[in-house]
Amino acid sequence: MLAVLLIAFPLLMTLMLFINKDGSSKRVVFVATVVEVIIAALALYFFNTGNSAQINFDVPWIPNLGIHFNIGIDGISMILVLLTTVTFPLIILTTFKHTYKNSFYALAMLMQTGLLGVFMAKDAFLFYVFYELALIPIYFICANWGGTHRIKVTLKFFIYTMAGSLFMLIAIIYLYLKTPLPHNFNIQNLYHLTLSATEQSWLFWAFFVAFAIKMPIFPFHTWQPDTYTESPAAGTMLLAGIMLKMGIYGLIRLVLPIVPLGVQQWQTLAITLCIIGIVYASIIAFKQNDLKTLIAYSSIAHVGLMGAGLFSLTLSGLQGTMIQMFNHGINVVALFALIDYIEWQTKTRAIDQLGGIANVAKRFSVFFMIVMLGSVGLPLTNGFVGEFMLLFGVYHYSAWAAAFAGLTIILASVYMLNLYRHVFLGESNELTANFEEPNTQESIVYYVSVVLIVVIGIMPGLLLNLSEPAVQSILNIINK
Amino acid sequence: MNVLIVLTLTGIVILFSGILNYRSLALPVAVIGILASILLNVMAWNSNQSVLNHMMVMDNYALAFSSLTLATGLVLIILYSLVYSKTDVHYADVLALLIFALIGVVVLTSFTHLVMLFLGIEILSLSLYILAGINKKDLASNEAAIKYFLMGSFSTGFLLFGIALVYGASATFDLTQIGYYVNSNINDLPGIFYVGIVLILVSLLFKVAAVPFQFWTPDVYEGSPTLITAFMATVGKTASFAAFYRLFIFSFSQVNHQWVILIAVSSMATILIGNIAAIYQNGTKRMLAYSSVAHAGYMLLAIAAVNELSQGSLLFYSTAYSLASLCAFAGVFAIQESTGSDNTESFNGLAKHNPVFALSITIALLSLAGIPFTAGFFGKFYIFSSALTQGYLWMVIVAVIGSFISIYYYFRPIINMYIKPGSEKLLDISGPYKTILALLAGLIILLGVLPGLIAGLI
Repeated sequence: MLAVLLIAFPLLMTLMLFINKDGSSKRVVFVATVVEVIIAALALYFFNTGNSAQINFDVPWIPNLGIHFNIGIDGISMILVLLTTVTFPLIILTTFKHTYKNSFYALAMLMQTGLLGVFMAKDAFLFYVFYELALIPIYFICANWGGTHRIKVTLKFFIYTMAGSLFMLIAIIYLYLKTPLPHNFNIQNLYHLTLSATEQSWLFWAFFVAFAIKMPIFPFHTWQPDTYTESPAAGTMLLAGIMLKMGIYGLIRLVLPIVPLGVQQWQTLAITLCIIGIVYASIIAFKQNDLKTLIAYSSIAHVGLMGAGLFSLTLSGLQGTMIQMFNHGINVVALFALIDYIEWQTKTRAIDQLGGIANVAKRFSVFFMIVMLGSVGLPLTNGFVGEFMLLFGVYHYSAWAAAFAGLTIILASVYMLNLYRHVFLGESNELTANFEEPNTQESIVYYVSVVLIVVIGIMPGLLLNLSEPAVQSILNIINK
Repeated sequence: MNVLIVLTLTGIVILFSGILNYRSLALPVAVIGILASILLNVMAWNSNQSVLNHMMVMDNYALAFSSLTLATGLVLIILYSLVYSKTDVHYADVLALLIFALIGVVVLTSFTHLVMLFLGIEILSLSLYILAGINKKDLASNEAAIKYFLMGSFSTGFLLFGIALVYGASATFDLTQIGYYVNSNINDLPGIFYVGIVLILVSLLFKVAAVPFQFWTPDVYEGSPTLITAFMATVGKTASFAAFYRLFIFSFSQVNHQWVILIAVSSMATILIGNIAAIYQNGTKRMLAYSSVAHAGYMLLAIAAVNELSQGSLLFYSTAYSLASLCAFAGVFAIQESTGSDNTESFNGLAKHNPVFALSITIALLSLAGIPFTAGFFGKFYIFSSALTQGYLWMVIVAVIGSFISIYYYFRPIINMYIKPGSEKLLDISGPYKTILALLAGLIILLGVLPGLIAGLI
């Protein structure tokens, strides 16, 4: 029942907010997201570490097609459910300083429904439906509350992702028709299909393109920097913090176990693309002047590393992907929240116009420093654990690949520290002279992020133990 | 049979109500007549009743498709009355013609005899020719009627010629007999039989507006009064497809390797050309016209995939498409009436003051684009499934490419409604009109969540 509650509660909130769509009930929404965290915490409490999905719920939805409303949580899902539920209240808190109507929050809650649905779906069709459902609210959030070029940019984003997922739909239907009669979409059954190498090869691409666009992996990334830049801050946090994990999750949940031969066939190419993405995005990030665009490119680099670790098909690579998904979510949400605060205070995101914030806002600068270090991957922060495991996995695949992928740590330090130097150090100018420390609400976001960054950095086992059995069982399917 | 009698009587009574100045009677009579027909259909479910010396069989396929088209027609008649009952002197005539067209539709969905196919198409088309030109003083409407009439009668000629050739080869008009004939002479079918099939195919492709016979569609759809366009695009198209599928399944399915390639090529071309052309239209009515061409392409996929899934998928797709098109055309019509233009710019800022109306149109457009949780998504899903079962992977890939091209133009009005600032004025749309659109939108969502309501029927 908890699984249903996790999905139904935000949906209920969506409906309530739509009915009163011109009001502004941000506090209610915040409380609702906290309640959602409590539900997730309860699910975690009842969760036994094991490889099978738990807290299941299964009813037939469209019986004559064998489609079930089948949801459940295993270790892999659990981490992403936690990420989604924990980041949501933070994101909602950052919107308190802006004035958004309820329609905004309704869309955000609908997005949460879709995201949680994706992470919990055990039926491929349901997965697809939720995957698309999550796209629609974020499109409207970005297109309605975004920057000046929002309409063009977001339409590109929408068509791009829709295009990818339609190919996934073909692949899912194809697999469905391969299942023994009566056909069904149960993901566990799809794992046991016997597919020829040729079939697996093209099915791999149908899935890979969909998820590579979502993540995004080079060269499918062209929608991403513009969309992240033009979206409202909360939209960017949703996109970068949670939504891109749908792509990585899809790779782990569907691609690796269903088409293992296809994965092995295209492994080299996939890892190469990921690594190209890492180096390429890091170099571009270095040249950016807009804070948001810079973080957007850095996100491509981080995702590239996760992709490379994932396709290394090793336990540490996959476990690194799992923990790094959570870490990246926390870090990037915190970074965009900090940037949003800077923009709100100074009315600009241009790095060359800022400077000397550390002189006037010590506490804020410390927050930024810790989050940044987490993002760069300093030991004792969460980023270090993830990147170490990922690189370890990639090293197992090839030392050369690891060498290039490892550039991410150096390059990230370069552009992030450079950013910090320009924005926080030096003389204050007229824009930053009156920079104020964040108020309590805003500070909660930063405190929570900082605590998570440090705690996971010191005790990564908290998350790793959750996902290990599930990841191991995926690996067993690949290697069988 | 009873349905035909009821509808004919309804049509005649309405005609007289117009002549005798009892025009207020027209709508109630029409509603009662159509509802009675639908009820008769429902009662005949599973009966497989054969009528007129086995020239028509009211099997479940026929009943489902005729009920769908009758219901669509009913909604259109009500919408038409809401707008024109006070102002238009020809109001009763239009209603009568719409009912007569529905008679053709019932014949088209249930024929088992080639003569009935011809009669059905003629009954439907003749009414539509007149309806296209019903705005006597409007140049575009006249142009539409003339174009439609000339091209339509030309294509009917093809149909007749094709029927004659098929008869020449098989010596029967009966669909099942033709099927037997094909089955028993599968290896030495005469050339004229194949020529006959191709000629019939040409005519039917024209009727459903598939490439390369789609050129009449944009002009006719744009020139005709919008609600009549909606009728052609929904009822006309569904009925033509029902007939198309019925004929090819009953008679020609044994030789499908001969004609499937023609339909496949036409289907892919229709999807691509329809969708690409729709991008470049500024008027939403013309855009919807091209989009309806594209949708014909998807429905052709179901005909190409002759299997047990395709019949249900065609029904579901037709339902989803009819609901959404009806809602979209009616919405465009309302906007055109109050702002004087159907350009995408006239949608600007609508959502602010007409939230329910804007939401209804949005749901309709999302459904046409095939976004999940709308009926259109499951329509596409069923069609793709039935095509993939048959192994038509490439056709499905083309269809998918078409689908995401379509997002671009379906989203333009949505973006304009919700995001672009626009006129602050409240649209002048009557309450019942808006309610009907909202109900249609509700049905679209209902079928998008519970597609089993329709999908399992036949």
